[in-house]
Amino acid sequence: MLRDEDRIFKNLYNDNGPDLNSSILRGDWKNTKDICEKGRDWIINEIKSSELRGRGGAGFPTGLKWSFAPKEVGTRPHYLVINADESEPGTCKDRDILRFEPHKLIEGCLIASYAVNAHKCYIYIRGEYFNEGKKLQTAIDEAYEKNLIGKNSSGTGWDLDIYIHYGAGAYICGEETALLESLEGKKGQPRLKPPFPALIGLYGCPTIINNVETIAAVPTILRRGAKWFSSLGREKNTGTKIYCISGNVNNPCNVEEEMGVPLKELIENHAGGVIGGWDNLKAVIPGGSSMPMLPKHICDNMKMDFDACVENKTGLGTAGIVVINNDQDIIKCMARIARFYKHESCGQCTPCREGSGWMWRMLERMAAGEATSDEVDMLMDVTKQIEGHTICAFGEGSAWPVQGLIRHFKDEILERNKFDPIVKKQKNVPYLVDQHLLEKENAEVKS
Amino acid sequence: MSIKKISKEQPENFKFNEKNHEIAEKIISNYPKGKQQSAVMALLYIAQKQNDNWIPLIAMKYIAKFLDMPYIKVYEVATFYSMYNLAPVGKYFFQVCTTTPCMLRGAYDLVDICKKKISKEESKLSKDKKLSWIEVECLGACVNAPMIQINDDYFEDLDSKNLEKIIDQVKQDKHPKPGSYRGRLNTEPENIRKTLLGNKNA
Ligand SMILES: Cc1cc2nc3c(=O)[nH]c(=O)nc-3n(C[C@H](O)[C@H](O)[C@H](O)COP(=O)(O)O)c2cc1C
Ligand code: SF4
Ligand code: FES
Repeated sequence: MLRDEDRIFKNLYNDNGPDLNSSILRGDWKNTKDICEKGRDWIINEIKSSELRGRGGAGFPTGLKWSFAPKEVGTRPHYLVINADESEPGTCKDRDILRFEPHKLIEGCLIASYAVNAHKCYIYIRGEYFNEGKKLQTAIDEAYEKNLIGKNSSGTGWDLDIYIHYGAGAYICGEETALLESLEGKKGQPRLKPPFPALIGLYGCPTIINNVETIAAVPTILRRGAKWFSSLGREKNTGTKIYCISGNVNNPCNVEEEMGVPLKELIENHAGGVIGGWDNLKAVIPGGSSMPMLPKHICDNMKMDFDACVENKTGLGTAGIVVINNDQDIIKCMARIARFYKHESCGQCTPCREGSGWMWRMLERMAAGEATSDEVDMLMDVTKQIEGHTICAFGEGSAWPVQGLIRHFKDEILERNKFDPIVKKQKNVPYLVDQHLLEKENAEVKS
Repeated sequence: MSIKKISKEQPENFKFNEKNHEIAEKIISNYPKGKQQSAVMALLYIAQKQNDNWIPLIAMKYIAKFLDMPYIKVYEVATFYSMYNLAPVGKYFFQVCTTTPCMLRGAYDLVDICKKKISKEESKLSKDKKLSWIEVECLGACVNAPMIQINDDYFEDLDSKNLEKIIDQVKQDKHPKPGSYRGRLNTEPENIRKTLLGNKNA
């Protein structure tokens, strides 16, 4: 287990209060000026060698991202944007940072803004987190009052203004370019990339976008050194991470642990174990709903970091761990996730807009045992039609988990959906799902 | 994509009250000159709060003028995002999260209670016209599932019994306490916490 002194978020559960004084006692704002005085290159290099990877889902190396911002400010100002849209089912870690460790985030904003030459920082918070936003605003006001940010922030000579912008209940606004559209006062529909936001982002200006947890970890990393951070976990998968453990466990919780901690240890040690015991485990979604689920036998030995997840054909994502036990209907669980994606598609790309609805309807019927057995392959086909054919990664996020279900639980789906019309042999029209349904009545059923 | 119903009955006038006018001006100043459109989301919220928790079309027109942008662009935003109510909702607006992590812990039991105690159907006002409920997607509090949001507050670690009590209180215009209904501290693992114990005892 990670030692308490190596935890970054010491007030994760709000034992001591999020106010400035308590935060200072925890070590925030200690030598911010000295850190900045070491210079931009030093900061970026230190973050690079800490091997910090983005905590928002994609795991992109943070130092590298920062180095994409133009070295000199040209005619267009630079922006730093913090992604606090947190809407991935299974994920609720940024919420705790916003409400209990706001000063880590604000200090991180100052250092990051300094490193990428930004004088303005927008924090995009999901609209439902109204109270969390209020708490963050209180902390921002405290920081202004003590001159930690604002003109000549913390005596660094750098001017920084931080503003909160509330979203309004659209999951897709977590996608970074949709978030920028939303910040500009438009529908949150993702942009085509390239150009990447680091060069053409908010209002067409260079913009660096990072997740709350990523930025809030920065001050501690710089204070304790890249070496300390990279000594935790393993190469390219360093440091600590907040894991959210929800679903069928005895004691659901958030907990900060070392990167690469075994999944079983997280569930058994911190979350009180699976309801009904480890043998009652059916599957785990390891990184928020966009990541394919894993059956028990993989969970037995799985380590929770970026690369170990990829090796098992899933992803660490946001580290939102959803535990599903044998008392649940796994197909129904997936059908409900598919409904989420159907609801949240922004509607720009046809494969995503239409495909998400198809996947949902097919899964609902499969859960009810009303599908035909050939539809299982057809469902796989639909996911392949979406994957790689859309503007943003939402397409993959909706298709992959369905693929995961089929990969690991195909037998179970087939077991429930034995209905096998002859129509399949005569007419193989895989994409006309609804047409196919109409024909079901007329189909002869093989006994 | 979600489907939005726009109220058939629409008021004829809308204007920010003085205080909201001031707040709106201040929010606009958060964005660079000429980028006042960025404030549209915040202004829609203000309009919604001022108008009993829903946004009439006339308010969108008003905001369009206020921000010097086309009405259709405001309309697009108002219809795109799920948190803008375009038809009246209850003074106490219950949003029940039923996404998988909440579903696994009994979110649909909560839906049943809402059906029983508020209204049979989603988005229909209760008999006393004070409450309404809808199903929503993940509210980002999954380790405290199942949970609901009532207006701005989160009610967490619920079960059918707690929710019935909450509804009874709300019906009498009382304000039940938000947060965990199992009495645990935020997102800590109930009873078995092994981390940051020095803090807890400090
Ligand atoms: C559909 C979709 C939803 C996303 N939602 C979030 C989110 O809620 N919060 C977040 O930080 N990143 C989210 N991301 C990832 C962001 O696009 C982006 O990679 C991230 O904010 C970068 O920050 P990081 O490098 O610090 O992780 C989402 C991506 C996609 C494709
Ligand atoms: S993939 Fe889906 S969410 Fe992303 S841009 Fe296309 S339609 Fe929108
Ligand atoms: S699934 Fe209900 S809060 Fe996340």
